Order: sequence, then structure tokens, then C-alpha cells
Amino acid sequence: MIEFRAVTKRFEDGTIAVDELDLTVEAGTITVFVGPSGCGKTTSLRMVNRMIDPTSGTILVDGKDVLSVDPPTLRRGIGYVIQQAGLFPHRTVLDNVATVPLLSGWDRRRARTRAAELLETVGLPAEFGKRYPAQLSGGQQQRVGVARALAADPPVLLMDEPFSAVDPIVREGLQDELLRLQAEIGKTIVFVTHDIDEALKLGDKVAVMRTGGHLAQYAKPAELLSAPANDFVANFVGKDRGYRTLTFLSADVPVHEIDAVKVGDTVTSNSWKLVVDDTRRPLGWLSPVDGSVEVTADRLIAGGSLYDGGTLRSALDAALSSPSALGVTVDAEGAVVGVVHADDVLKALAAARAAGEVPS
Amino acid sequence: MTWIFENWDKFLEASGVHLRLAVIPVLLGLVVAIPLGWLANRSRSASAVLMPLSNVLYTVPSLAMIVIMPVLLGSKILDEINIIVALTIYTVALLIRNIADGLHSVPGHVVAAANAMGFRPLRRFLTVELPLAVPVTIAGLRVAMVSNISMVSIGALIGLGGYGQLFIQGFQSNEDIIWAGLIGTLVLAFIGDVLLQLAGRVLTPWVRAGR
Ligand SMILES: Nc1ncnc2c1ncn2[C@@H]1O[C@H](COP(=O)(O)OP(=O)(O)O)[C@@H](O)[C@H]1O
Ligand SMILES: [Mg+2]
Repeated sequence: MIEFRAVTKRFEDGTIAVDELDLTVEAGTITVFVGPSGCGKTTSLRMVNRMIDPTSGTILVDGKDVLSVDPPTLRRGIGYVIQQAGLFPHRTVLDNVATVPLLSGWDRRRARTRAAELLETVGLPAEFGKRYPAQLSGGQQQRVGVARALAADPPVLLMDEPFSAVDPIVREGLQDELLRLQAEIGKTIVFVTHDIDEALKLGDKVAVMRTGGHLAQYAKPAELLSAPANDFVANFVGKDRGYRTLTFLSADVPVHEIDAVKVGDTVTSNSWKLVVDDTRRPLGWLSPVDGSVEVTADRLIAGGSLYDGGTLRSALDAALSSPSALGVTVDAEGAVVGVVHADDVLKALAAARAAGEVPS
Repeated sequence: MTWIFENWDKFLEASGVHLRLAVIPVLLGLVVAIPLGWLANRSRSASAVLMPLSNVLYTVPSLAMIVIMPVLLGSKILDEINIIVALTIYTVALLIRNIADGLHSVPGHVVAAANAMGFRPLRRFLTVELPLAVPVTIAGLRVAMVSNISMVSIGALIGLGGYGQLFIQGFQSNEDIIWAGLIGTLVLAFIGDVLLQLAGRVLTPWVRAGR
């Protein structure tokens, strides 16, 4: 657990980067600090491991005042990941990961064994251990950065915009991986980002900060969306916050069975037909036809996004993006389970709105 | 050209002395320049003193530098220490800037990451910053090595050994001996430069890996 108690940081030039911050980060959760550039996120983070000391106030990590611990010792017990990964260019990936165990006095062999385990944990092949950081892509370097921060198994992990410098697709993969990893390791993580989508996706709780180092709201993602504390938060989470809220609502919509056809079949129908392959994976849609017609690949109309069987947002996306207005849902193998009807989804949406779960 | 082969012993002895008088100052100079380069990189005011000072020292003519040493050090005129100290001063003057530049080239986020991992300053300097400054430092060391090898000959004017003695002897008697000294100087400079370049490669495997 990390507690900020009336923490203020005023730099020598008079800039107040953090102003009377009061906030508790629960053990074993991800707390995201989000806000526009220059609002004091990095400063807040760096006060936890004493890269910066507060002007006033107290920070406790597991009940202990950080100012009572000498910085290098404190830092070896707190993992830290930064945007450019900050890997040591002159050390191999394995030795980069082994850094903190070596600093803490482990023998080289044990440290390297541990480092090799961690490469696996973050999804990197063992042979990457022999490479130098410059031989890895940005996303791979970030993974090494995470492995290095975890090497000495610190209870607390600080991450400062760790995924900001990689392209959006890689970023999404890294975010998913962080969530998967966190489910295993259950660290107390403080994650800094300026990207509200990233904050809402990763945070168990999100602290929205505004320029001048003020905490605007500290709440669960769904609550930020459904009940923003003020205009600043409402603006920051975006005009489409009603739609975003659907990410946090489970969809209570019936899944209907659907007859699927295959390429090569001859069909007579006046309704949309779902075309699947031999393993029942969806290939696309066939529009209604007069009389009978053979299903050929060039008649297929691409389908929309798939319904993940979970959130209302996914159900809505699937129903609205499907040419047939039927949202396809699949099982773990990708085989078609059934479809949701746009009408049902809209009814569920209206119900959620009436219940006050979705801001209008 | 026959002189070398007929006087192989003398030639080797001169080479040995020459090499010693050139290399020791490079090593000493490196040891002295590292903390000074660190200081110059770290403190603006230290840099404001050290940089002009090293420029000035480098412009002192080498003959003057060597003949003034006995006065400064209280040594005998024929002591090797005179030329060793003189060349060490040139080496330091040259390397301070290189080392400061090398340290300056270490990315800020790497230093910040080292701090965040829990490095203490001395260990961070020795195991992160200094190794990363090697490529720039080696460039300076190569210049220092070659220029020292050339300057050692001046020592002969005050009676010290090395190829400079061959120049003096050759001037007085046999032109062939001058050639021997000249060839020796060039070969030594070439070998010294190649060895340093190799050392640089061995010490910085990551530089090539990055390409
Ligand atoms: N060392 C410093 N000296 C003076 N001002 C600083 C220093 N570091 C940060 N600041 C200022 O403090 C404010 C907060 O900075 P920072 O915590 O880095 O913001 P963020 O990480 O949210 O972008 C900014 O106005 C920034 O310019
Ligand atoms: Mg920042």
C-alpha cells in the first residue's frame, strides 16, 4: 500500500508540481495517474522512490515513511519502468534484467537464472538474453524494462508512461500483457499516462490530475465515466463518455442460434446468411437473394467486430458494425456460437440508461 | 637501410625505451583525466576552468615543457620522469575534453534508470557512465598515443633515450640511422593506434551489435 498524505512539491523555481496530494494506492492493485502533460504525474511518481523529495507531506510505502530509508536501498525494493525503457546499452538483455539482483548482492549465476525466468514471464524468447538492447524493437525493449523492474520481486512497481513511445498496436498488446501479468503477480502498481483510454483500460482506480498538481478525481474507471466530479474530469474523459461507459457494463442480451452456410452450398433465402468455414469460423455475410444461388467467395460481405460475450460496448459494436445488424459471437476457438440482435442491444442500453448507469 | 639490420640490438633497445616513454604517460594521463573529466562534465564552473587550462597547456611547446620539468620537479636533467610528466600533462589536457564529452553523451534516461534501480553514485559512474563513455574516450586516447610517440623524440635533446637518439646520431654520422628512427616511429605509432582501436572494439561490443 502507498499513501500520499498532504504531499506538496514546489521546485526551486517556484513551480508547484504537486499540490496537497492525498491518495491511497491499495496493495495488489493498479492505480493510474492520468492528466495532461505537466500536471505533476511524473513528480508524484518519483517522490515514491525518492528520485524527488517532497517539499512537505509524507509518503508511506507499506506503512513506512520513505524519507526514513536511504534512497538506493529504497529503490532496490521498488521496480521502476520508464518511457524509453532506459536500458543499459552496453549490457546484454540478460544482464540488464539481472541488474537489481546483482546490486542487492546476489551471486551472478543466481541473478542470471532469475533474469532468464523473467524474460519468459514477459514473453521474450530465451535467446534474446544474449542480445544488446539496440538489437530489439521498441516494444521488446519495453518488455525487458518490465522484466528488469520485476527482477528482485519488489512489492511495488512504478511505471512512467511505459508504453507511450511504441505504436498503437504494440501498445495494446503490451497493455493486455500487463493485465495478464498482474493477474499472476498481484503487485502494487502505480502507472502514469496521459492517455485516458489507457488509464480506463488498466486502472483498478484512476487518479485524474489537472495542471498545478491538483487531484481532480480519484475513482474506479466506471465511476469516472458515469459520475465525473467536475467539468474538467467530464471533458478529460471525453464527449463520448456515455459510449465508453458501456465498456464497464455487462451485456444482458439473449444470444440467438443461427443457421450457418458454407462456400459451395446452394441457398434459397430472403434473409441474411452467415457464411462459415469448415471449423465454423465466420467468413462473412451473404445478402438476401431472390430464388436460389450458390455461395461463392466473391459474394461474401465482410462482417463487423465480434461480440466477446461480455460488455455492452462489445455487443453494441458487433450489432452496429454487422451488415445484417446481427452481432456474431464466437467461442474460444473462434467458432460461431450465435448472434445478438441490434434491437435487443438497444433495449439493454435503454434499460441501463434508465437505471442511471449510463450518462446521457 | 642496412644500419637497422647491422645494429638490431641498438634499434630494439631504442624501440623499448621509446615505447615506455610514450605509453606510461598515456596510462597515467588516463588515470588523472578520468576524475577531471568527470568534474568538468558535472560542474559548469569546473569546466570553465579546466577547458581553457587544458587548451593553454596543449599549446606549450614540447621542448619548453620538457626542459622546464627539472626546475618544477627538482629532478635531474637526465631523469626519464621529466618527459613522462611532460607527456602526461599533454595527455591529460587532451583527454579531459574527450572524457567530459563521452560522459556527456550518456543518455539522461539511462542515468535516471540507473538511479532508479538503486545504484550508488560511484558504482553508477564506474559501471554505467564510464563504459558508455569508452567510444569517445578511445578516440582521444588514439590521438594522445600517436602524438606522444612522436614527441618522445624531443627527449633526446636533453639526452634521453628512444628514437630521438638515433636522429641525433644519424645527424652527426650516418643518414641511415635517421631513417631507422623514422621508420621505428611510424611503425610504433601505427601499432599503437591499431592496438587501441582493437581495445576499443573489444571493450564496446554493443556498439557494433547496434547496427
Ligand atoms: N526539476 C524541475 N524543476 C522545475 N520544474 C519542474 C521540474 N520537473 C518538473 N517541473 C515542472 O513541474 C510540473 C510537473 O511536471 P511533471 O511531474 O513532469 O508533469 P507530467 O509528468 O504530468 O507531465 C511541470 O510544470 C514541470 O515543468
Ligand atoms: Mg511525465
